[in-house]
Amino acid sequence: MTDMTTLPGQERYVAPLDETPLQDVDKLDETAPASSMWADAWRTLRRNPMFIISGLLIIFIVIVALFPALFTKQNPNYCTLENSLGPAAAGHPMGFDFQGCDVYTRVVYGTRTSLSVGLCATILVVLLGTIIGAIAGFFGGWIDSVLSRLTDIFLALPILLGAIVVLQMFKTNSSIWKIVLVMALFGWTSTARIARGAVMEAKNLEFNTASTALGSSPMRNLFRHILPNSLAPIIVIGTTSLATYIVLEATLSFLGVGLPSTTVSWGSDISQAQTSLMTNPMVLFYPSAALAITVLSFIMMGDAVKDALDPKSRTL
Amino acid sequence: MGKYLLRRVLQVIPVVLGTTLLVYALVFALPGDPVKAMFGDKPVNPAVAAQIRAEYNLDKPFIVQYFIFLKNALTLDFGKTFSGQLVIDEIGRAFPITIRLALMAFVFEAVFGIIFGVISGLKKGKWYDTVILIVSLLLISVPTFVTGFLGQYLFGIKWSILPVTAGNDPTFIDLLLPAMVLGSVSMAYIIRLTRSEISSNIAEDYVRTARAKGMSNRQVMLRHVLRNSLIPVVTYLGQDIAALMGGAMISETIFNIHGVGWLTYQSILKGEGNLVVSIVTLLMLIFVVCNLIVDLLYAALDPRIRYA
Repeated sequence: MTDMTTLPGQERYVAPLDETPLQDVDKLDETAPASSMWADAWRTLRRNPMFIISGLLIIFIVIVALFPALFTKQNPNYCTLENSLGPAAAGHPMGFDFQGCDVYTRVVYGTRTSLSVGLCATILVVLLGTIIGAIAGFFGGWIDSVLSRLTDIFLALPILLGAIVVLQMFKTNSSIWKIVLVMALFGWTSTARIARGAVMEAKNLEFNTASTALGSSPMRNLFRHILPNSLAPIIVIGTTSLATYIVLEATLSFLGVGLPSTTVSWGSDISQAQTSLMTNPMVLFYPSAALAITVLSFIMMGDAVKDALDPKSRTL
Repeated sequence: MGKYLLRRVLQVIPVVLGTTLLVYALVFALPGDPVKAMFGDKPVNPAVAAQIRAEYNLDKPFIVQYFIFLKNALTLDFGKTFSGQLVIDEIGRAFPITIRLALMAFVFEAVFGIIFGVISGLKKGKWYDTVILIVSLLLISVPTFVTGFLGQYLFGIKWSILPVTAGNDPTFIDLLLPAMVLGSVSMAYIIRLTRSEISSNIAEDYVRTARAKGMSNRQVMLRHVLRNSLIPVVTYLGQDIAALMGGAMISETIFNIHGVGWLTYQSILKGEGNLVVSIVTLLMLIFVVCNLIVDLLYAALDPRIRYA
């Protein structure tokens, strides 16, 4: 074989090492323990200002939801009509709504409702979706066909429409649990699709073959190897959908098919404030702002988690 | 192409049947007696009730009712509402209004979403990019009904430049604010989608190759970056037409527009099962057709996709 490095009539220039980015490769500490995907994700997250801002906001929102009494000494259902639409006064920084209830107190107490519905619905949706998606992706064949068609069927029905139809039946005796169940009933489809895809991808990776060769059963493979390796996209969609369910609860309460009227909810407060839009728009503003800030925090958190776990789809 | 179309249509059939069955089951198999509801507080004459039940096929088993509905729906006969109106008439009145509203919202979100998304994606990091990003995040966070009230308050009451509610026979001006409210969330998503697509495509090798070949910046942007970036945007827009028609429920309720969304909500409240099922069936067909059109549009935008 002749010398291939220099072709006739061509001089080759080789850059010195310190002029190339190659030296970074040498800088890598190969003796340190390999960092896992989760550690990498956590490092990316910590440096993301969006994660820090939304994280702090979410911590604050959770504290308000857990201990509303820390923030107000009043009862959200204590309302006197003589205060109807009254302006802000000492001890009542946001004024009074049409029924004469303290807007600030109701905003504080509404946090728990929004957050608990959003969290419970998301947990249930992720569990249900992951189970259905994982079964479809892992077993394949006719099980996959049946479950995938079932997913298509539920996906074609808008969640708001389905929720209204079902909740209309329980209008007189609705509760947080019924709303959460209805949301899970119509909401599992997108998680199921993603879980199915992730499981199908992880199923064909070498570590799975290796594990089977070492004698582990399919079920052990599924729980020990496949599911942990398909978690990232499921966590991403879970974080993103939390905001969706908070909005959905508010929308249902706004339409009057959501929570019972005794439960303090931003959605129903906004709906009631509609009547005083002309006279005192601030009554509408405060619960709307609380709702928007909460949703915004979770959307920002979802974006940050997505950027960390799925580097291919950076939004910022 | 023809084979592909046929396969897609065949795939769609079980989904359409399944979803209509699901809606039918939800609406009719759950507790609540529509005949009793018709009479309100008045005592019900059993003979009359039996006659009404027979007229609306309520005396037959649920699955038989469903097949009768399907058979009639094939000939566009959706039966009558419990108040005696022909369902097809009610739908015929409501659909044109919602189609206008949805089209206006669609044009609004497509035009402004793509324009702002492109500006933002090309000038990443500039102050107006930051402003566009923050506004789009806010639009996504604020639920449609809040945006609706805000729009009503600002445009309708404070500045009084647009009508607050629309009513029975809305004009273009009447529908302007509701359409903007309806399209605002999707517009924000389109901005974000276009922005991230453009900014990732700009860094691709084929863009550098095109520049190296000596193409002008304008040509590179139009022929390469924009064309490639718009594929996911077109997908989103296509699926959104049907979503807009379905999602019109909130904005039509706020602005009192008597379109499909308003009609659906009212008929759910009144227990008009027939009307609900008919509307959902039609909306689903629109959804399916839109998805099909999007898939066919792919071929025009992305020559790599071939239909086998």
